[in-house]
Amino acid sequence: MSPSKWEAVIGIEIHAQLLTRTKMFCGCALSFGDPPNTHTCPVCLAHPGALPVANREAIRLAIIAGHALGCEIAERSVFARKNYFYPDLPKAYQISQYDEPICGPGRFRYLTEHGEKALGITRAHLEEDAAKLIHLGGEGRRADAEGSVVDFNRGGTPLLEIVTEPELHDGADAAVFLKQLRQTLVHLRITDGSMEQGSMRADANISIRLAGASALGTKTELKNMNSFTFLERGITAEIERQIAVVESGGVVTQETLHYEPTTGQITSLRSKEEAHDYRYFPEPDLVPVVPDRAWVDELCGGLPELPVDRRARWIHDFGLTFEDAEVLSEPAQLGDYFEQVAALAPPKSAANWVRGDVRALLRERGQEPWDSEVTPSALAEIIGLVDAREVSLPSAKAVLARVIDHGGEPRAIVTELGLGAIQDEAALIALVDGLIAENPVQAQQLRDGKDKLVGFFVGQAMKATQGRADPARIGDLVRERVAVG
Amino acid sequence: MALTDLTAEQAIAAIGAGQISATDLVTAHLARAERDDWHSFLAIDSEGALARAREIDAMPERPPLAGVPIAIKDALSTRDLPTTAGSKILEGFRPIYTATCVARLEQAGAVVIGKTNMDEFAMGSSCENSAFGPSLNPWDATRVPGGSSGGSASAVAARQVPWSLGSDTGGSIRQPAALCGIVGLKPTYGAVSRYGLIAFASSLDQVGPFARTVRDAALLLQRMVGRDPMDATSLDWPEPIALPNAERLDGVRVGVIEELMGEGIEPGVRAACQAALEHVRALGGTLVPIELPHAHYGLATYYLIAPAECSANLARFDGIRYGHRSADAENLLEHYERTRGEGFGAEVKRRIMLGTFALSAGYYDAYYGQAQRVRTLIIEDFAEAFRQVDVVASPTSPSVAFPLGERTDDPLSMYLSDVCTIPVSLAGLPSISIPCGLSDGLPVGLQLAAPAFGENRLLSVAHALEAAIGFRDRPAGFGE
Repeated sequence: MSPSKWEAVIGIEIHAQLLTRTKMFCGCALSFGDPPNTHTCPVCLAHPGALPVANREAIRLAIIAGHALGCEIAERSVFARKNYFYPDLPKAYQISQYDEPICGPGRFRYLTEHGEKALGITRAHLEEDAAKLIHLGGEGRRADAEGSVVDFNRGGTPLLEIVTEPELHDGADAAVFLKQLRQTLVHLRITDGSMEQGSMRADANISIRLAGASALGTKTELKNMNSFTFLERGITAEIERQIAVVESGGVVTQETLHYEPTTGQITSLRSKEEAHDYRYFPEPDLVPVVPDRAWVDELCGGLPELPVDRRARWIHDFGLTFEDAEVLSEPAQLGDYFEQVAALAPPKSAANWVRGDVRALLRERGQEPWDSEVTPSALAEIIGLVDAREVSLPSAKAVLARVIDHGGEPRAIVTELGLGAIQDEAALIALVDGLIAENPVQAQQLRDGKDKLVGFFVGQAMKATQGRADPARIGDLVRERVAVG
Repeated sequence: MALTDLTAEQAIAAIGAGQISATDLVTAHLARAERDDWHSFLAIDSEGALARAREIDAMPERPPLAGVPIAIKDALSTRDLPTTAGSKILEGFRPIYTATCVARLEQAGAVVIGKTNMDEFAMGSSCENSAFGPSLNPWDATRVPGGSSGGSASAVAARQVPWSLGSDTGGSIRQPAALCGIVGLKPTYGAVSRYGLIAFASSLDQVGPFARTVRDAALLLQRMVGRDPMDATSLDWPEPIALPNAERLDGVRVGVIEELMGEGIEPGVRAACQAALEHVRALGGTLVPIELPHAHYGLATYYLIAPAECSANLARFDGIRYGHRSADAENLLEHYERTRGEGFGAEVKRRIMLGTFALSAGYYDAYYGQAQRVRTLIIEDFAEAFRQVDVVASPTSPSVAFPLGERTDDPLSMYLSDVCTIPVSLAGLPSISIPCGLSDGLPVGLQLAAPAFGENRLLSVAHALEAAIGFRDRPAGFGE
């Protein structure tokens, strides 16, 4: 195989469950994990004569999402029926949008290590989710099941389907894009974005072509990648499969594929010939969505800063690295917490503390920074003490641990525990001189140019002062005094 | 006078004056309904109806409709009352909710006594497509009552109820009203909530009243119109429906649709309509010949749009959650094929197939897309006509009631029964059929249509003409 010869072309389709209180076309509550068929009504069970009514909140969320995706919000969009028979689809058509979606073309901006990118978004549209089909007996698959039952609780859940242009080129790219798309939707409270629970699902359309060619190859659709890792691995595996097919003289056939994360196996679900003719037509039970312009402007104008802009600001204004920004931006509360600390302390120090010791110590205790005793002002105070060299770094960590477990004001804790840095220069010189005297062999090696041994003396000094000395100052003193001695 | 000869308006007055009770009235009608020589009913709820009538009689203040009995087309969902839409696929089905329009009438004090027979899923013009056998025309039991709301029409004509509800997609209220010599009104699309109306063609279906007078039809419509949060296509109603009392038509311009007065219309029907329209002049109005250049495409347009919508609307009858389920399917595909193959009748299957084809990839634009464009032209034809006239008129049906079995083997001749009503349906306009005379001893209906939301104007003209025409004939054996 010669990967450089080939270029993969990838587009992603994302289905995100919207965080509405009720279903897309009826008043039933959304639920996860409730007893089966407890959130149903004539509408979502498709009883004779029942009619859908579009959920205004879902339309609101779709408009906000569309704006965050960089899409145009359509002045008029239309629901359509997508017809096919299946037991999890009670009307035997899914109400979706077809040729007039609520969000038109746009570009979604996101950050990578190499700077900002923008991926073309073809469209985003509203639709309803199917119910959940459960196969009983056998291996839980339809083929060997003894029977199947349907839980209609999920049926009718509002979904936003987002379709990207085929502009991605490998699995890693796709994962970076999807992570930031998810983060954006989650931060705006459009979806909870849980891929394990299926509230966000991604499919990939994949084709390969000779590098530099402009025509697209035959694409396959890879389904069921329920984590970023699986998305990346699945796409990589499918690209390799297609290259192998073509290089062994075969042709890629258009089909829908299933990626099995546990085994890495790709299996065919259906070929092009088996594809449905969905016979889309405008849903006559619903009127077109024509959102008031002023309302759209109000929704889009009132949005918080988008994650991409927040990250970029941290990098440019705060001097954070891409990785700092990546770690601190997820979840949104962590980013908010960091911002509060950064307003009171040097942002780069704040970033190091928050993503380092604060998270590590709290994680051991099963806590999150924004719910902990370490208020942004307490953390900023600790950072201030360190920067002013009033406490050493090790002492500062001890103070932090104390705040976490018992609360309190950092400066008072320093006093109470006697953790203040030893500022008395004469005392420090005496200490260093004493250590040099006690360790003549190491002192001589240091004089002979073995500079590493500075660390040995610093360690001894820290031990002697229980961490209250400033290690940098001790280092300087060791070099000075050894030379004198 | 027999209690069953009272109009609803008279009955409400009599109950209000303490001359009769709702229980008396319901009992008298139930007796006729239970005998049901015309097979108007698919289900009768005697017990429930009597209980409700007694309840109303015991109220210190009677509700506006005072316990007057009503029959409901079986296409409307009624909680706990069998609802089949005339189909075997829903045999034995008891809904878990009541249609909005029925609930509103019950709230206003109407007493539902039963569900009426219909062509299966409202597909037909004779009631012969009912899976449970046709209703018969009270004027001549060897003839059809029209359809699809045949049972609702025969029930009113046969004095089993003073009024009833039907649904009209391409003429299913107006045509049976004409064939049974009663009044039938199809409101403006969106006037009455469709929530609970088992859908045939969603963009055309409307629920409306049958009655023996225009004022009764108005009285019922009053209680039904207005926006329903459960139906996104229902509309806020601009002004209350008034009880019409105009006697004159001074200054009213009535457009006579040239295309629907000539070829294909039985001479006796044409003559009765022309004679009735002469009253317009006598009452001070004018007759203006008008053209609807695209009306001739109405039937073809309708038979693409309605089947296309029905092919999706009827897909939910899959035997998974309710209704008929084939006993011997081996797998999922067989389950669908057998359940639907056994459950649906021939005409329903024909229309599902027509519609499925019309929506198929590669055909959509030539069929469904083209039909929608022609529908727009028909809407524009009417808009143009209403720049010259206040209402338009034509025969309701090209023929009087035809013999049972005459058209069952020839779907196209059956489809032609609705040639006059379909263009109005495609335009979504309010329209009424009133009896205007006899031809060969059978009633003829005159169709009037008004601009959207023009119900008050329509009722007013219909009422004045009704009085001038003075149609007093009744089926034999219903003598006055």
